[in-house]
Amino acid sequence: MEMLYHSVRDIVSLSEKYQIPMWQVIMKKDMEERQVTKEETFETMHHMYLSMKQADQEYDKDLVSASKLAGGDGGKIHVYNKAGKNLMGDYASLVMEKAIKMGESNACMKRIVAAPTAGSCGVIPAVFLSYQELFDVAEDKMVEALFLCAGIGEVIAENACIAGASGGCQAEIGSASAMAAAGLAYLQGGDNDMIVNAMTLALKNMLGLTCDPVCGLVEVPCIKRNSAGAVNAVASAQLSLAGIKSAIPADEVIDSMRRIGNDMPKCLKETGEGGLAVTQTAQRLRAYQGLADGEKNTTF
Amino acid sequence: MNLYDIIGPVMVGPSSSHTAGAVRIGYISGKLLDEPVKSAKILLYGSFLATGTGHGTRKALVAGLLGMKPDDTRIPDSLSIAKEQGISIIFGEAQMKEAHPNSAELILQGVSGKTLEIVGESLGGSRINIARIDGIATNFSGDYPTLVVHNLDQPGHVTEVTSMLAHKSVNIATMQLYRNSRGGEAVMVLECDQEIPRDSIKWLEHLEGIQKVTYLSLL
Repeated sequence: MEMLYHSVRDIVSLSEKYQIPMWQVIMKKDMEERQVTKEETFETMHHMYLSMKQADQEYDKDLVSASKLAGGDGGKIHVYNKAGKNLMGDYASLVMEKAIKMGESNACMKRIVAAPTAGSCGVIPAVFLSYQELFDVAEDKMVEALFLCAGIGEVIAENACIAGASGGCQAEIGSASAMAAAGLAYLQGGDNDMIVNAMTLALKNMLGLTCDPVCGLVEVPCIKRNSAGAVNAVASAQLSLAGIKSAIPADEVIDSMRRIGNDMPKCLKETGEGGLAVTQTAQRLRAYQGLADGEKNTTF
Repeated sequence: MNLYDIIGPVMVGPSSSHTAGAVRIGYISGKLLDEPVKSAKILLYGSFLATGTGHGTRKALVAGLLGMKPDDTRIPDSLSIAKEQGISIIFGEAQMKEAHPNSAELILQGVSGKTLEIVGESLGGSRINIARIDGIATNFSGDYPTLVVHNLDQPGHVTEVTSMLAHKSVNIATMQLYRNSRGGEAVMVLECDQEIPRDSIKWLEHLEGIQKVTYLSLL
């Protein structure tokens, strides 16, 4: 295979060697690996983007999750944003809103796109869909940026991990934030250095985040952390586009994430035995978790 | 792992292991039963039992049994759909020793009276493993056309199966053999690169010493 890569450095080198953008390196590797045409893989990625759009449009502020812990916050932030009181400007405010909405939709059993996981499914769509809504961008360009996200995610998955149970929340929201930052830097016209640097800053900011969800559900703190990860992606892309550099290179930050994940105690990796999951309030909520109608267990 | 394991899959939330993986376990179990389900006893274990309600795990397993895939928007309504179709569903706690934390045991009866007992494990992402069929340990993902043959533990049955596959130009990707005791009951599990013709499966069922043939078709 010509387009074989195992690190962010590899993707950049291939991009320089063949004089093609990074997203094309990533797309070509997929074409070689799965033996598909350019049209086929572009179509598949476009389908992912359209599915994100559809999920965003189908948000319902009146839905509540089975645990009753999640729902309705997307409606609140929408009203606040529309009232003209934005602290963060139109773009970042919309990003926050969409991230919360997608996280809530996921908790309420709506259809979403795992990116890279279901728990972190709000980050990339929030950054991307808000960008396309507020700035005039061709659909193809959005899909190209999504290839870039996916390639960065692949490298993180290979050299560290993307599952909360393996590496904590840094592996889920952290990875999603890094992927989104790279995509956003590309959309804003950043060069390879800026794209890689945006990804690096975003991931570095998220190192150490633990996975300690209340009642073991993808709700608290996951949904609001989608908005934190999305806003962090925007901030990191902007820092990078301004020429600010990460002192530690991308692949070394990814290595650090793996090490931190390995050093993280088990009670903070999706086991429900530490952190927020064992607070008094979390334990009280757990006690109230009754079974919904039709889901009663019978003892045999 | 490929690019679309990173951006994707498109799925009904909230969890790839507790929801999408559970749909897959139900789907593969329904395919293995190979006829419409009449009744199902669904027993949950470990984290599936502890956090199943909030993750919609029960709804997901039933949705899969009804033939839905992980991106089917009817998944949240699967319990009422099953009820409308007159399918009896009972949930319970699985009594298993040292099983995978995300396990479900499905005891199924089809409309013709055919029965099947399956233990499925959700491994993370939406990958699954079928760990037990009718009480005997197995190990397959449901990603390939899979043939499961229960036979008496006596010489010649493996040859009968593999000769038939060779004759039909079906290549074997993986093959596993299990038995509960010497001369007792044995199971072979064959993951194949091509689909096996229906009449060849019927032919196998009638051979002496073959007790049960279960086939997972991906068509």
